[in-house]
Amino acid sequence: MNDVTQHTNTTPGGMQLFASLVYDLGTHTKTNEKLEALIKYFSAADDKDKVWMIALFSGRRPRRTISPSKIATWCAELVGLPLWLFEESYHTVGDLSETIALLIPEEKTNENNSPSRSLSWYVEKFLELEKSDEQQKKKFILDSWAELSAREIFVFNKLLSSTFRVGVSQNMMVNALSKLIKLESSVIAHRISGNWDPSTTSFSELLSEESSVADHSKPYPFYLAYAIEDDPETLGDTNEWQAEWKWDGIRGQIIKRNGTLFVWSRGEDLITEKFPEYHLLAEKLPDKIVIDGEILPVKNGQVLNFNVLQTRIGRKNVTKKQLEEAPAGIFAYDLLEVDGQDIRELPLHERRQRLAAIVSDVNVPQLMLSPVIDFHSWGQLKEIRLTSRDVNSEGIMLKRKSSPYQVGRKRGDWWKWKIDPLAIDAVMVYAQKGAGRRSNLYTDYTFAVRDGEKLIPFTKAYSGLTDKEFAQVDNFVKRNSLEKFGPVRTVKPELVFEIAFEGIAASNRHKSGVALRFPRISKWRHDKPVSEINTLDDLKKMLEIYGK
Amino acid sequence: MESKLQCIDVRREALGRQLALFHDSRLTIHDSTTMLIDFTDKGLYCSAGNFYLDPWKPVEKAVITHGHSDHARWGSQQYLCHHYTLPILKLRLGENNYQTIGWNEAIDINGVKLSLHPAGHIIGSSQVRVEHKGEVWVISGDYKTENDGISGVFEPVKCHTFVTESTFGLPIYKWKQQSEIFSNIRNWILDNQSNGKASVLIAYSLGKAQRVLRAVKEVTGNIFAHGAVYNMHQTLTNAGILAEGMLPEIKRVVPEMPKETFRNAVIIAPPSAESSPWIKKFTPYSLGICSGWMRVRGNQRRKNADEGFVLSDHCDWPGLLTAVEATGAQRVFVTHGFQSVFSRYLNEAGIEAAEIKTEYGTEEEEAVQELTNNTAEQVATDE
Ligand SMILES: [Zn+2]
Ligand SMILES: [Zn+2]
Repeated sequence: MNDVTQHTNTTPGGMQLFASLVYDLGTHTKTNEKLEALIKYFSAADDKDKVWMIALFSGRRPRRTISPSKIATWCAELVGLPLWLFEESYHTVGDLSETIALLIPEEKTNENNSPSRSLSWYVEKFLELEKSDEQQKKKFILDSWAELSAREIFVFNKLLSSTFRVGVSQNMMVNALSKLIKLESSVIAHRISGNWDPSTTSFSELLSEESSVADHSKPYPFYLAYAIEDDPETLGDTNEWQAEWKWDGIRGQIIKRNGTLFVWSRGEDLITEKFPEYHLLAEKLPDKIVIDGEILPVKNGQVLNFNVLQTRIGRKNVTKKQLEEAPAGIFAYDLLEVDGQDIRELPLHERRQRLAAIVSDVNVPQLMLSPVIDFHSWGQLKEIRLTSRDVNSEGIMLKRKSSPYQVGRKRGDWWKWKIDPLAIDAVMVYAQKGAGRRSNLYTDYTFAVRDGEKLIPFTKAYSGLTDKEFAQVDNFVKRNSLEKFGPVRTVKPELVFEIAFEGIAASNRHKSGVALRFPRISKWRHDKPVSEINTLDDLKKMLEIYGK
Repeated sequence: MESKLQCIDVRREALGRQLALFHDSRLTIHDSTTMLIDFTDKGLYCSAGNFYLDPWKPVEKAVITHGHSDHARWGSQQYLCHHYTLPILKLRLGENNYQTIGWNEAIDINGVKLSLHPAGHIIGSSQVRVEHKGEVWVISGDYKTENDGISGVFEPVKCHTFVTESTFGLPIYKWKQQSEIFSNIRNWILDNQSNGKASVLIAYSLGKAQRVLRAVKEVTGNIFAHGAVYNMHQTLTNAGILAEGMLPEIKRVVPEMPKETFRNAVIIAPPSAESSPWIKKFTPYSLGICSGWMRVRGNQRRKNADEGFVLSDHCDWPGLLTAVEATGAQRVFVTHGFQSVFSRYLNEAGIEAAEIKTEYGTEEEEAVQELTNNTAEQVATDE
């Protein structure tokens, strides 16, 4: 499926356009090439498809209506392969959608080569399928495979199994759109955020200048900080900067409009229902207001370790006991809208003043002002930063007092200065069964960093995962073993974790040349592909800085 | 923690040994009756004729299927190969005691009848037919069933026992016709030229490079080559075994050449050049990789290729099945590649098959599989 796009004269169909966009984004390595591919798509696709594309690229996937094992079985049956051979193929390819696309015969029922149907036609079919029985689903899927090309089958399968993900940031898509339609990218970013239904929203409703879709729930795009690379001394006069703790919770926006409260997470999920304790806020907050803050477990004004809250987040219904053990509060950072006015362009110190006044007026224990750290010199702040762990924070945020509230990740005005520089993103390469209670689960892992094309194992790490996560990893290991020897399995290098550790030392007994002190899994980086993990060079740099 | 890591390395070594043992135990099943060809630790051995086929250790008499370095190894006292393989062996192994024959030209070695038949893999590549007391074996070497116009046309040879390679022995591997891939390569070069970019094509120096050159010469004469590709090209053209004009003239890339020389040009380089600083010289360029492994998306991304051309010198899955069937063999031994998968499939299809451990498969295209397993990586759009 990796051949060059054929040069044809007929107008390509909607699914074909979408499939080549996905292909281009997957193979182009440079940002400007990806941007070009997006612009090319937006100028060629019809409006309805554009709406769906925006929806899909911003994570609004149709739900999965059919299990992967059904899809696999139907494919094996169709191409006349025993299931074990289908599975061998899958293990080599590593992706179910692609495996199927590679196995379906190239000869198409669509003989006169007419352009493929639109993307929206397929997605809407997927939605209809929810109500269909299995025979109808099977027929639709087999018919589609028979008429689509390999690349189209690949995205079709991705959408069908609800595993469609794309390797470009939402920012980049927004930039491509703003090149085509005369709207600021910040406006576009705002329009496509929030609660809208791609099957009922037209492109012009979504984006045209006149459009005034009244969606009261709509959050603003978050302003995100980069990690500071240099010494903060280089930021200049301390008087120009505001320092706050960097909290390790759920970044969110609290919106109250038309008397209704909405809580959004940064991942653009509406999570209002997960926090019944915020109902008090719904009463007390003034209307037409948007606050940016961090959702944290808070008891008696003290921030608790975030793990406390994590246990209740996955649950559908929160029990009374959980509410007592892990009460959630909001540490307010910023004020984006007040009295229905977008005030993001005001300087931070003015927004902060107004925020402070509102928080004190509202006066409920669930809403607190994220404290500002008082400091007079960078040296002093460095000392304070070392105490971050004591307050369950992960470092310090530095914000220029004159800064507007920007869109997306931007350099210059906001910086994060995390406490724990000793963390590295690595991929799991070996797994071994644990002891005792977990003796039938793979719970001991070895991790590797990249060195050019190679992966270099550098540490084992234990603990840090919940039982549920262990079960997920265990399941992955069982399905993705490359080799087995005794208790150890070599696994497909795919799962990325953040490994935290307390120290690093040189070691000539390790291939990597380093040995870590107290390594542990600190986070499962679902958001990170293996291509972005740390390198052996990064480890060596850490060794140079912290290894003495 | 340190000791645990060490443990893992030890285990991996042990794992290798265990696999070897496993294969050996398989072999003994067939050892119970003496076979015309034995699978020994030096290579495939015909005791009746006292010669080896593609041995990986020095022996007295070696019959060589083709010039790839994992099949044609140094140190044997006598070599027998096809006429066209000779210049390649001379280039790679130096002067030796060589004997050459043509295709379908039977000779007698100690009462064993031996002949070579086109394998379609690279120039001179041959299957070896061995006959003794009415029993016929064919050893495929490496092969492909599609006629590439340069390597000879694969000839199905009837036999009782067929020894086949299995580099791409999985049903996901299906090739398009060469003509279609060639036109994709040409369009890609033209696109690059219109964007002011050079086209760097990665192709193995023996086999793939010559095929690619035939595609490229239709759109440009401005062709450069890495030293490895250039040397092989000179050897083949000077040997006079190719028709006049089959391959275009090419220039060797030398350090003194200024950058501008390569503007809009085509550069052919072996895989070793892919990630070397040597390639920077051609900036701005687009990188295209020609290999059967490019069929799987992840491989293309992992190599940071701008384009992957699924062009292989080995059979695809349907090709392997057709070839096995055409031999009419009752028994098949499967060597380097997806041995266990392919032999299991054949067994289930009613053809007695077993996997054989050899030391082949380190040839450039075959070796990519190893790299795939070690660095497999999942990228953002994947599950
Ligand atoms: Zn070969
Ligand atoms: Zn081979």
